[in-house]
Amino acid sequence: MISLAGRDILQAWGKFVFTGVGLGLLIGVTLSMAGIYRGMIDDAKVLLDNSSADLWVVQKDTLGPYAEPSSIYQDTWRGIRGMPGVARTANVTYLTMQVRQGERDVRAMIAGITAGEPGTPGWPPYLVAGRQITRSHYEAVADIASGFELGDRLQIRRNHYTVVGLTRRMVSSGGDPMIFIPLKDAQEAQFLKDNDAILQSRRRTEANPAFNKPGSPDLLGAVIDSQTTNTYVNAVLVQIEDGYSHDDVAESIRRWKRLTVYTRAQMEEILVGKLIATSAKQIGMFLVILSMVSAAIVAFIIYTLTLGKIREIAVLKLIGTRNRTIAGMILQQAIALGVIGFVVGKIVATLFMAPIFPKYVLLEPLDSIFGFIAVVLICVLSSVIAIYAALKVDPAEAIG
Amino acid sequence: MSEKGIRIGGLSKRYGKGDTAVDALKHVDMHVAPGEVVGLTGPSGSGKSTLLKCLGAVISPTAGRMTLGDQVIFDDGWKVKDLRALRRDKIGYVFQAPYLIPFLDVTDNVALLPMLRGVPNGEARAKALELLTALDVQHRARAMPSKLSGGEQQRVAIARGLVNQPPVILADEPTAALDSPRAMAVIKILNEMAHKFQTAIIVVTHDEKIIPTFKRIYHIRDGVTHEETGEGRGFE
Repeated sequence: MISLAGRDILQAWGKFVFTGVGLGLLIGVTLSMAGIYRGMIDDAKVLLDNSSADLWVVQKDTLGPYAEPSSIYQDTWRGIRGMPGVARTANVTYLTMQVRQGERDVRAMIAGITAGEPGTPGWPPYLVAGRQITRSHYEAVADIASGFELGDRLQIRRNHYTVVGLTRRMVSSGGDPMIFIPLKDAQEAQFLKDNDAILQSRRRTEANPAFNKPGSPDLLGAVIDSQTTNTYVNAVLVQIEDGYSHDDVAESIRRWKRLTVYTRAQMEEILVGKLIATSAKQIGMFLVILSMVSAAIVAFIIYTLTLGKIREIAVLKLIGTRNRTIAGMILQQAIALGVIGFVVGKIVATLFMAPIFPKYVLLEPLDSIFGFIAVVLICVLSSVIAIYAALKVDPAEAIG
Repeated sequence: MSEKGIRIGGLSKRYGKGDTAVDALKHVDMHVAPGEVVGLTGPSGSGKSTLLKCLGAVISPTAGRMTLGDQVIFDDGWKVKDLRALRRDKIGYVFQAPYLIPFLDVTDNVALLPMLRGVPNGEARAKALELLTALDVQHRARAMPSKLSGGEQQRVAIARGLVNQPPVILADEPTAALDSPRAMAVIKILNEMAHKFQTAIIVVTHDEKIIPTFKRIYHIRDGVTHEETGEGRGFE
């Protein structure tokens, strides 16, 4: 038996291909939306992976350092370092801001990292060019997604930094590229007040007789120093020694230091389950809407094509063609339209959308398989109305 | 007269119920023998189309009996279970407009019917080509219907009607869209095919120029048929 659907498609291939391309663009957007969601999850995981931490110690009862502000004293790491099972600790400070370079600025997540060596928690685990930070001030390592190059001069708040190294896939959970600078600089940037505020504060302190006693000339200087320096960090990253349970060490820190501690799994839950949950819901809604629009388009096209063949269908029924042959013809055309659309959509998403989209788009093969199955199912469902219309055609219509 | 061919007796068809009921056919009798071509004429609203639909097993009559060869198709409300298979295997159709499937070429338009019966594609196409040759359109075998002239399309439609070698062919105004020479050519072909394949052919027509070519004609008016035969009638 010849393929009636195939012959009809070949006869009107232009109509089919153009409809398929139109549908494909829609499917391409749908696949890209799924890729954006996957990219957001991957960004969150990469952020955790690249921090090289097993535990995140943050201010008590906060979801810091990524989902909520957290502030803990900068010497807290010493006490944690001495606890059983703790191999390494490192202070870390994060702030998201616009980083300026000449006339342009880039939204980036600034990470203040402690002095150390590659492998220290918080450090970028690998570089693609240049070197790690070796000086205690005014050097930066930037993710290549920021667009910065080696030797570029960046401005963060009032200070300038030289890019000495480039890394990649170091992004915040929101997809912003990361820029690593020395911890002290980041602490300053995070809590820096403007000049007028500092002057006002000094004036008030000088006017306070409790801080400006004639018998204690050094007291005023000490108080002012304490007001203009930041002795807090956002979190302490902890690496666990081999053989120790992460949960046990975390529980020990919670109990004795009265801080909140998150394991890797808990931090992933915070990032994926809370921080990007709203974005995920938005993307989910878009996916549903796009799927419904795709279904409506396929249904409309197939229905219109079927109505255009009513006379032929009546003749086919009159000469004894089975209903399942006619239904099969319509169904095959709907599926063919979906397949054309999916192929076009996959090409569009892979070659055009993902490379130029400002966020990381992760197109998982499994998502493509599910996407293909969904497209075929949508096409099958969309053909139901057209099949119903075709099966209702009276063969007598062929006679008149 | 032979019992083969198509025979109807006392065929009635009523549409609607009660006061609004309309009797489209009233005790119609008709017999067409194998190899015979008869005409069926009548004004609009006479019941012509209803009779054609009953003969074509598209609708069921309210009463009466219809037999095709030895097979009873309708008998006072009873009907064959699978009318679709009956239409496919036992009845050929030729319409006023050829109604060829536009996305199939000439050969496949004709070969489609045997394919629907499960005949292998190659065999069905060979059979189609044989008929196209008999109807002198073999040179357009690979052409799409839209590329054919009206006469060629009608010949392809006749080939499609004949391809399963049905015992009966119903031709509904097959010459209406053709000029006189082409109309006569189609009637000639139908007569030849009826003779060659021993097919009973019923031609519904208003076409004055072809009416004298039928040896027997059934006139239908108000759902009642009258048979007309006579010397000197028939296709030369």
